[in-house]
Amino acid sequence: MRLIALKFLRDVPAVMGLAIVLFGLFVAVFATELAPHPEAAFQSNLLARFKPPSAEFWFGTDNLGRDIFSRVVLGTQSAFVIALTVVGSAMLIGVPLGLFAGYLGGWRSELIMRVTDVVLAVPQLILALALAQLMKPGLSTAMLALALTYWPFFTRTVYAETRRLRTSLFVEALQGVGASTVRIVFLHILPNAASPIIVRATIGMGFTILTAAVLGFLGVGATPPDPDWGLAIAESRKFLPETWWFATFPGLAILIAVLGFNLLGDGLRDLVDPRLRRSR
Amino acid sequence: MLLFLIRRLLLAIPALLGLMVLTFVLVRVVPADPATTLAGETATPQQVQEIRRKYGFDRPLYEQFAIYVGQVASGDLGNSVFSNRPVMDDVRRTLPATLELIFVSLLLATLIGIPLGTLSAVHHNGLLDHVVRVVTVGGLAVASFWFAIMLQLLFSMELEWLPLRGRIGVNIGAPPSVTGFFLVDSLLAGRWDQFVSSLRHIALPAITLAVPALATIARFARVGVLDTMQRDFVQYETAVGYPRHRIVWIYVLRNSVIAAVTQIGLLFGALVSSAVAVEAIFDWPGLGSYAVQAILSSDYKAVLAVTLVVGVIYAVINILVDLVHGLLDPRVAEQL
Repeated sequence: MRLIALKFLRDVPAVMGLAIVLFGLFVAVFATELAPHPEAAFQSNLLARFKPPSAEFWFGTDNLGRDIFSRVVLGTQSAFVIALTVVGSAMLIGVPLGLFAGYLGGWRSELIMRVTDVVLAVPQLILALALAQLMKPGLSTAMLALALTYWPFFTRTVYAETRRLRTSLFVEALQGVGASTVRIVFLHILPNAASPIIVRATIGMGFTILTAAVLGFLGVGATPPDPDWGLAIAESRKFLPETWWFATFPGLAILIAVLGFNLLGDGLRDLVDPRLRRSR
Repeated sequence: MLLFLIRRLLLAIPALLGLMVLTFVLVRVVPADPATTLAGETATPQQVQEIRRKYGFDRPLYEQFAIYVGQVASGDLGNSVFSNRPVMDDVRRTLPATLELIFVSLLLATLIGIPLGTLSAVHHNGLLDHVVRVVTVGGLAVASFWFAIMLQLLFSMELEWLPLRGRIGVNIGAPPSVTGFFLVDSLLAGRWDQFVSSLRHIALPAITLAVPALATIARFARVGVLDTMQRDFVQYETAVGYPRHRIVWIYVLRNSVIAAVTQIGLLFGALVSSAVAVEAIFDWPGLGSYAVQAILSSDYKAVLAVTLVVGVIYAVINILVDLVHGLLDPRVAEQL
């Protein structure tokens, strides 16, 4: 265990990723305390419109005179909540399906995996857009749409892992003493498949932040006056090129957050998969 | 090889059928009552009844599905709820623009990504390698719709080097359609001004889309080259005294591009996704802009047509990738 921690600490990009993610979590949890002008984050103040970045308003103000820095900080909270909810729900759907498909085999496994293939056969954003549009557009439907399109990634990962573990000695031993399928699958196979799930979830967090921002940008995600990063960029477009700060800072926030999760995910994958580590 | 092609095509059938089930479920089952949605909020119960009968919503689901499959197979995706024109016509009109954009982006990403990844592998753990790794990780983290706006801000609004939006200059006009690709059609028509205008218009959207694709390709090229460099034949060639650049750029590269080629197929899905927002930003008259319009006007028929068409193209691209894969590495063809 200590060896693994040491190995991880020597991977500079991965540690950077971890630092960014922890920092993001900190900002998300204490967003309301950290925002310098919480009152100016929602209330419009037309006298203070389009102020460029200054000592008082670090990232400037937007078209309604709201403090962009405070809104980016609060946006961190919403981005993390969205990503955690989406990835969490996708895991709740995808992981059990992958476990059963991998363990049971036969037509049930075929059925689950073919459905997985079909959902994966359409680019995720396109499918999420179609789903979000057919249901009533809004943040909760956008999150539901993202979860409904992300679960197959977990199913694929867990399926491969379960297939591998199914024939291992400890599973045969458990079958021998008459342990139930549910017990074997959830109490014994699942913990052994934890690492790839964690890697997949970490990468999924970054991916979901990105996709949720696109949905917000296209107007099928967060709705005004939510302090959403993607939405803010969409609102800023009308006021370019004069108010460059309005579009720039929310985008940088997305970049840094996604970068953090990607770096961390890559580092974790290298720890878990020795075959890939060699190629570094 | 022919057998491989046939098997691969047969494998695509369940996927396509599944795609139809998926879009069918989306349109008929997800909305509580499609007839009410279709009739609009002001419709009387009689009108709703009539629509239900007209579109066959009163028949059993499997019958509806059979009708749907028949319609799709004959290229009829229904009429736009919004403009009442056949959706298929709109798709046919907008698809070439999207394909041209994606094709140019992929070309750009491959031409830069593979040498970049190879250089990075050659200078393993050197300064260049670190720079490339930062660029590749960063390229995957950037939100393309934001990057598009940043490019517009810099190159169109501040420097005024490149046009802000559109596919070709308004006063120049489109070339006569042969392939649907303006860059090709303008050359075929011998109109140099049209070619330059198209090139200037496609530059920013293509660069936007190329960035994440380039990052992925460079990453896989780098890993591939690093792996291949450890193989015995490289040692042998080095020992025999082949020049190093010849070994790397010809023998090693040929053995490492396979992984990158597979990625190009997978990238198509990612590119179509990014193209949705990017096309809307640059007013690129493609499938992405069309999809955004359809979403904003709640034109569910159009949204589904786009989903279906993209799914089919995705399946076709994956077959092509497998074929190229099989040509590059005959062992793959035998496995299937």
